[in-house]
Amino acid sequence: MQGYLSLWDEYGGQMMSAFWGNLQLTFWAAIGSLVLGTILALMRISPVPSFRAFGTSYVNIFRNTPLTIIMTFGVLVLFGVFKVQFSSDFNLNFFQIAIVGLTIYHSAFVCEAIRSGVNTVPLGQAEAARAIGLSFLPAARMIILPQAFRGAIAPLGNVLIALIKNTTVAVAGSVAEISGLMKTMLEFRADVGILIFLTIAVFFVIVVIPVGVLTTYLSKKLAVAR
Amino acid sequence: MSTDSHSNSAKSDLTPIVRLSAVNKHYGQLHVLQNINLEVTKGEVVVVLGPSGSGKSTLCRTINRLETIDTGTIEIDGKVLPEEGKMLAKLRADVGMVFQSFNLFAHKTILENVTLGPIKAKGMKKSEADKLALTLLERVGVANQKDKLPAQLSGGQQQRVAIARALAMRPKVMLFDEPTSALDPEMINEVLDTMVGLAKEGMTMIVVTHEMGFARKAADRVIFMADGQIVEEATPDQFFTNPQSARAKDFLGKLITN
Repeated sequence: MQGYLSLWDEYGGQMMSAFWGNLQLTFWAAIGSLVLGTILALMRISPVPSFRAFGTSYVNIFRNTPLTIIMTFGVLVLFGVFKVQFSSDFNLNFFQIAIVGLTIYHSAFVCEAIRSGVNTVPLGQAEAARAIGLSFLPAARMIILPQAFRGAIAPLGNVLIALIKNTTVAVAGSVAEISGLMKTMLEFRADVGILIFLTIAVFFVIVVIPVGVLTTYLSKKLAVAR
Repeated sequence: MSTDSHSNSAKSDLTPIVRLSAVNKHYGQLHVLQNINLEVTKGEVVVVLGPSGSGKSTLCRTINRLETIDTGTIEIDGKVLPEEGKMLAKLRADVGMVFQSFNLFAHKTILENVTLGPIKAKGMKKSEADKLALTLLERVGVANQKDKLPAQLSGGQQQRVAIARALAMRPKVMLFDEPTSALDPEMINEVLDTMVGLAKEGMTMIVVTHEMGFARKAADRVIFMADGQIVEEATPDQFFTNPQSARAKDFLGKLITN
C-alpha cells in the first residue's frame, strides 16, 4: 500500500496529464471520424456509382488495416519521408498526426455504423421524399440521416468505446499518452506492476462505462416510433 | 415528342397530363410491363384494376420514376421524364403520390410532414406553408392531430395526412398505389371518401386499387391489367356489367361484390 501511494506521489500528475491526452485524442478523432464517416456513408448510399465504389473501397481498406500500421505510417512515412507537418511544434505535430490516423481508421467503422442505421429506415421513407420532389442530398439530410442516426446510436457508441481505447495505440505515433507512461512506470516501479496495470484499466473503465450507459439510454429514448 | 401534331397554342387542352407510349419493363426474365400505352387527360379519374402480379403497381410507380423503365417514354404534361437529377425532382413535385404503407416521415410531426415539400422543394415561406398545410389537414379531417407524430395516428388518419402531403405540392396529377390495402376495414371508407371528394373537385387521378365500389363511384375510366398488359379499357359501367375479355370476366367472377 505504501508503495502504491508513493507511485501516486511520483507519477500522479503525469498520469493525469497523460490520460488527459487520451481524452483529447478521443474528442478530436471522434468529431473527425463522425464527419468523415457520415460523408462516406452518404457516398455509399448515393445514386452515383463512382461515389459508391470510393466509399466501399475506403471502408474495405481502412477497416482491414491494423491501427498500429496506420499510426506508424503517419509518423514514419507522412512525417518522416514526405515531411508532412501540421504544426511546427514537434509534440503537437505528432499529436495531430495521431488524430488524423485515428480519424482515418475509425471513420470506416462510423460509416458502417451509420449504414446499419440507414438500414433501419424503411425504403418507403426515401420513396416518399423523392415523390415530393426532394433530390438525393436534401432527402438524405432531412429524411434519411436523422432517422438513421437514431437507429445507429448503439453501434456508434461501440465505435466511440473502441476509439477511446484505441487512443493508446497513439504511443506507436510517439504521442505522450497513458500507455506510453505505463511502460515507463512499469520499468521504474516494478514493485507495484500489477497495480499500475489495474490503475490504468480503471481509468478507462471509468470513462467507458458512462458512454455505454448513455448510448443505451439514448438509443431507447430516441428510437423512431413506427 | 417532335412527331406530335398538336400545335403549341392548343397544348394546354390537348396535351394529356400523363402519357405513356410503348413502355416496357422487365424484372429479370419477367416482362412486367408489355408495350403499355396510356393517356390520361386533365380532370380524368382512371382506376387500374387487375389481379396481383399484373403489373398495375409497377405501372403506377413508373409514372414518377420510382421504378425505371427499359424502353418507351413517359410524359408528364408534355415533358418527358428525365433520367435523374434536378429536373426529375422538379417533375416529381408535380406528381402527387400516395403509397400503400403511407410512408409519412416518422420523425416529423403531421404538420411538418405536409409543409416539408412546399418549403424545401418549392421554396415556399414557412408561414405560408403552415397555412396551406392547415387548410389541407382541415379538409382531410386531421387538423386537430397536427402536432402529433405519425405513429400516434390510426392508419386511416395517416393515409389522409399522406393525401394532404401530396396535395400540398399542388400536383397536376395524383397517383394512388393501393391506398387502402394496408388499412383495417373500418378505416377504408374515410380514405375513400377523401378520394371521392378529390375526384369530384376535378383532380386528375390514377388509382390502383381493389376497391370496386370506388371504381364504380368515382372512375371515369377503368383499365384492367393482367400479366403486364392492358387487357381492357372501358367506362366503369361497361366494365362491371359487360366485360369483354375472358380475363376480366374471370377476375370479376372471383370477386365478392361489395
